[in-house]
Amino acid sequence: MLMTTDMRKTSESVPGQKSTREIYLPPQRSTITGGGNAHIAAKEFSIYYGEFEAVKKVSADILSKYVTAIIGPSGCGKSTFLRAINRMNDLIPSCHTTGALLFDGEDIYGKFTDEVLLRKKVGMVFQKPNPFPKSIFDNIAYGPRLHGVNDKKKLMEIVERSLRKAAIWDEVCDRLDKNALGLSGGQQQRLCVARTLAVEPEVLLLDEPTSALDPKATAKIEDLIQDLRGSYTIMIVTHNMQQASRVSDSTMFFYEGILVEQAPTAQLFTNPKDSITEDYITGRFS
Amino acid sequence: MNIGTRKILDRSFTAVGIGSIVVMALALMIVVVPIVYNGIGAVFFTGTVEHRKMLHAEFKRGDSQNLDSEVASTDRYRAKVYDMLTGFEAELETMAPEKKTEYTAKYAQVQSALRALLGPLPGDPEPMLTRFKYGQTRWEKAEEKLHDLLYESKWDNSNSSVMSKEFFVSRAISFEGTSLARLFPYVKENLENMLHPEFTFYWGFITDSSVDSHFFGGIWPEIQGTFFLAIGAMLFAFPLGVVAAVYFTEYAKPGFLNSMLRSANSTLAGVPSIVFGMFGLAFFINTMKVSESKSVIAGALTLAIMILPTIIRAAEEAILAVPKTYREASLSLGSSKWNTIATVILPAALPGILTGGVISLGRAAGETAPIIFTAAVSVGSAIGLADVFSSPTPALSWNIYNLASEHEAAAQLRHVQYGMVLALVTIVLLLNLSAIVLRARISKKLKC
Ligand SMILES: Nc1ncnc2c1ncn2[C@@H]1O[C@H](COP(=O)(O)OP(=O)(O)OP(=O)(O)O)[C@@H](O)[C@H]1O
Ligand SMILES: [Mg+2]
Repeated sequence: MLMTTDMRKTSESVPGQKSTREIYLPPQRSTITGGGNAHIAAKEFSIYYGEFEAVKKVSADILSKYVTAIIGPSGCGKSTFLRAINRMNDLIPSCHTTGALLFDGEDIYGKFTDEVLLRKKVGMVFQKPNPFPKSIFDNIAYGPRLHGVNDKKKLMEIVERSLRKAAIWDEVCDRLDKNALGLSGGQQQRLCVARTLAVEPEVLLLDEPTSALDPKATAKIEDLIQDLRGSYTIMIVTHNMQQASRVSDSTMFFYEGILVEQAPTAQLFTNPKDSITEDYITGRFS
Repeated sequence: MNIGTRKILDRSFTAVGIGSIVVMALALMIVVVPIVYNGIGAVFFTGTVEHRKMLHAEFKRGDSQNLDSEVASTDRYRAKVYDMLTGFEAELETMAPEKKTEYTAKYAQVQSALRALLGPLPGDPEPMLTRFKYGQTRWEKAEEKLHDLLYESKWDNSNSSVMSKEFFVSRAISFEGTSLARLFPYVKENLENMLHPEFTFYWGFITDSSVDSHFFGGIWPEIQGTFFLAIGAMLFAFPLGVVAAVYFTEYAKPGFLNSMLRSANSTLAGVPSIVFGMFGLAFFINTMKVSESKSVIAGALTLAIMILPTIIRAAEEAILAVPKTYREASLSLGSSKWNTIATVILPAALPGILTGGVISLGRAAGETAPIIFTAAVSVGSAIGLADVFSSPTPALSWNIYNLASEHEAAAQLRHVQYGMVLALVTIVLLLNLSAIVLRARISKKLKC
């Protein structure tokens, strides 16, 4: 581990500036070209459910084309923070935000932001699998069709490619016309990953994508994340420390709505700054 | 609670549940069995030669050669009856004046009873109304009329403290000693030969127009009118209702106005249908002038207003029941709100929306009050599709009421009334069934 820069300092820097950000990358992973920009940046960003402040004044940079893991105990605001990035929280009437959350330097919650366009660029896989009650094919083709692809052959190509990427093609290739709700929970989750990939977003938000999967499927998803790393900016919420350390370049630790620590993954797991972080990752947490 | 009480509770709940289902089924049987039994009698019955004469004359149906030979054979038996009449008329002339007056009155009764049974007597002028052109077309009615011929009904008023009682006097006895006395046993003996009762399948009951306000013929104008009105109402109410439900659930900002609108909608669902009928007359016909007077379109619009609240409510419930996760999934893929509603929410809510639609369709088909002032006429022929904007139509619901209560010969036309009721029940059932099938197919597609 080469560098140990304090996270809080960098979060104040202007997004899009390359400057010192390279230093977060563990050396073995710095091979990605074009990476290292702050794709998403939070500045004193808070999320409220009514009066309740679920995410408290978070400032952080999410680097472009790297994998960022979010860890923390249940109820600490991981999903809330993740869902804020593609404005899924808009669906909850009581939910509102303060501070700024920038995507490519533009305020996600700005007055003139087109949330539909934003969501096309920021895809999400939810904590609970949520396929449409449609055929497997139609599930995957939903996004591409939405964005103007209607050619049957082209759609088929996209469907196959997406399903292969999500490591579920072999299991469903002979029943693409069957209802997706007939799949197992784990299959459904991978289907949802494939469905999101089919839209070809720039950012992939994964909310505990493997919590319903067996080790084999989990490994496949992790492989997928490795494959996508470098072409997508990926954020993954997980309760599995090993997973976080396996797949992510940078890790954020949330506790009771506060971003306690963000650091290169290897550093955070081997040499946490904060004692709470240490307690949590070592399992000494009550 | 210990396991014993729990089991007893479980069992008694089961018993009560089964009991209530049985009671419901019984009540349904009590209603449906007579409807079906009597209603089928409008189509399957023992018909007489008069029925076939009527079919041939009014609807140009049936083999005329067969009919001619049948008529010839029945006429041979009838000829004797008519001979007896002429004989008696001659005898009347020879009677003493007193006796003559007495028998003339009695003879007139016999004549009219015979007319009812066999149709116009020889020498009668051509009747104006079709109903008097034929004898009894149905065998069971013929038997009733035979009784009328054989027995004179009298009323016993002797005891003024109780209601008068009907009693019967045999005409064979009152004409004893005259040449007409032979007539009664003869008619009784030879009625079958005079009427040729035969098992009849009168499918035309469904497809024929009525002749002389339902004395003969079928109920097609009513069936068609019911379809026009119910489907017309759906054409207006269904899209409007679904759009309103989408607005309420997806777009309306919660607040005073919204909750007012919703409770207004709920209240409307409970308004008596006659009020909608009056409203339809006042608004669609008198104010909007959608038509000069009663018309199918005015009736359909009125029915649409009546069923709209139910459709809105059902659609609202169905839309709200769609899991939030579908919406999230669609939106997260970059779908707009409107597109999400059209491609995900509404398809998933469709079974529920359809259920509301079906219930409403059945109601639109069956309601009488809203169409009394706006669309219904008691007698009429089937109207063309182009006439829906200008002409009223008969409809099952209204004509059942009309035939049972306002028709001048209600008691004679029970079979038509039951036929109409059965037709209405069947139509509503078929509509429901098709929607249930549709619903099941959609649900199956939605599940797996
Ligand atoms: N719709 C909501 N309305 C009100 N409060 C909410 C809502 N959703 C979440 N919260 C609250 O916000 C806090 C953060 O919730 P969040 O779902 O982000 O937790 P999480 O970190 O994702 O937990 P988990 O690991 O269990 O998924 C919790 O205290 C939760 O009770
Ligand atoms: Mg969560």
